[in-house]
Amino acid sequence: MKLKVKDVTFSYASVPVLEDVSIEVATTEVLGVLGPNGAGKSTLLKCIDRILTPQKGCILLDDRDITKMSRIELAKKIGYIPQSLSHVFSATVFDTVLMGRRPYISWQTSEKDTETVLETLQMLHIEDLAMRDINELSGGQMQKVFIARALTQEPDLLLLDEPTSNLDIRHQLEVMHTIKSIVKKKGISAIMAIHDLNLAARYADRIVLMNGGTIFSAGKPASVLTQENIKQVYGVEAEVNYNDGKPYIVPIRAIKAK
Amino acid sequence: MSRSEAVQGNEAKREEIKAQYKKFIGRKILFILSSLILIVIIAGISATLGSYPITVTEVYTIIWHGLFKTPETTKELVVWNLRLPRILMGILAGIGLAIAGTTMQGVVRNPLASPYTLGIASAAGFGAALAIILGAGFVAGQYLIIANAFVFALLSAFIIYGLSRHKGATPETMILAGIALMYLFSAMTGILQYFGEEKAVTEVVYWMFGSLGRASWDKLFFVFVILAVCIPLLMLKSWDLNTLGAGAESAKSLGVNVEQTRVICFILASLVTAGIICFTGTIGFIGLVAPHMCRMVIGGDHRYLIPASGLFGAVLLLAADTLARPPIAPTVLPVGLVTAFMGVPLFLYLILRRRRGYW
Repeated sequence: MKLKVKDVTFSYASVPVLEDVSIEVATTEVLGVLGPNGAGKSTLLKCIDRILTPQKGCILLDDRDITKMSRIELAKKIGYIPQSLSHVFSATVFDTVLMGRRPYISWQTSEKDTETVLETLQMLHIEDLAMRDINELSGGQMQKVFIARALTQEPDLLLLDEPTSNLDIRHQLEVMHTIKSIVKKKGISAIMAIHDLNLAARYADRIVLMNGGTIFSAGKPASVLTQENIKQVYGVEAEVNYNDGKPYIVPIRAIKAK
Repeated sequence: MSRSEAVQGNEAKREEIKAQYKKFIGRKILFILSSLILIVIIAGISATLGSYPITVTEVYTIIWHGLFKTPETTKELVVWNLRLPRILMGILAGIGLAIAGTTMQGVVRNPLASPYTLGIASAAGFGAALAIILGAGFVAGQYLIIANAFVFALLSAFIIYGLSRHKGATPETMILAGIALMYLFSAMTGILQYFGEEKAVTEVVYWMFGSLGRASWDKLFFVFVILAVCIPLLMLKSWDLNTLGAGAESAKSLGVNVEQTRVICFILASLVTAGIICFTGTIGFIGLVAPHMCRMVIGGDHRYLIPASGLFGAVLLLAADTLARPPIAPTVLPVGLVTAFMGVPLFLYLILRRRRGYW
């Protein structure tokens, strides 16, 4: 699977959020999208899943324009894990994950659907939660349930909007590790919007650093996460150390706005 | 643990979860069957009530025989022409209002929604008031009130549909527009009542309480056709309603056309509601509470929730109508009031009893 985002521009009303954004993602690649609040990270993910429609530019999945695909077709190729996970009414974990089969079923579920759900639950080690209500899970457990739901769509591309916000450090590492190993094992790709520079540096193969709706810098973590870039984009003075060639960032202080 | 043991362990675990899930589905089916049986029992009891004494066994025999030949004796005529239409209207209205409520709650993702949330009740009320007080309406004769209530109920639905086509069918626009329409139609009814004659005004108030007393076979046929068309269509949308519960963005990413689903479900629910309340008046409470009671017992999967809440709604409405009659006979309380008196304690009990929050 290859994703190409070409010159995408998106604005809410007349406020531009994305301006001429272009990225490419290859198979078995984890792409980290970084940038301060309001940089356009979430909007970019939503455009890729056609939850929002860009005013300009195009998004190609294996050289096919996603606007030419039906929603169901797209749902079989892209799994999206939103940032705010809110359920109003109760549902068991099993039924929630089963929803991921929605693109494949009309009304009755088949044995294959059940098997896919069970396999995914076991792969993420959450099979013991199967009959629990999602509203009584912890943040980390819930995040895994929604990753499981996206995986049962059998997608070629996973989109994750800040998968580690609200998680403690153990769960942050667990979730990131899970994503990384699934991408390698299944030969799919993942794009994740993320705030934690160090997690991104460690788990992303490539990083796109966004600022004000445009791409400020892109490439390997070591080449993107430099002192100068962090200063310019975040307005933060930071120390960058290297560990096995991967950058490790220690933020020092916010630089006063001029 | 060797590799093959691990695989076996995984297999065993899967079978265990599958068994648990089957049991969970079994519980839902049991609930649906129990509701069906309760409907038959309460219907039998309800048919014995009234000034002409008939026993429960006689009722069932008469109904059974009546399926094959036209009723002749007084008992048969009382059951078939007076009591059965009322009971069947109770069942159909209960089913329809509860399913419309389930759908509306799913569409606007709000547990406080009911079939009346989007202003349908006050629109129907205004239509009826127009007919009762001014005698003005769309058709003449005995169907004036019914036709008016039906047309105005749908009118409010289509105004909201129009607005949401223009502004996007988000729950927020729909609810706010519904509340605005509710105030508008209530105010217009208020004006009619302010200037109306006392007798007509009383009739309007009585209409709005809701009653099953006006049921007849031809009215039943009309309601039946509407339900028979709309409910299967709503059930086909079960999965889409389930995904809407996970949020609009998740639903979209799962391949659901969110806006279209909202609009179709809302129109179908409105049609069901309008088709019922134009004959019965605005029977409250069932559509709000039956879905919640069912959710507490069988969970939120619409594939089971829609039929379950429909049948349970029928149980509630039929039970309320049965209770509304005997105690202070010959006075008959409006069923819309009894549903609240009976349902609120039951509802509060369920809220206190449940282990966790569900919204």
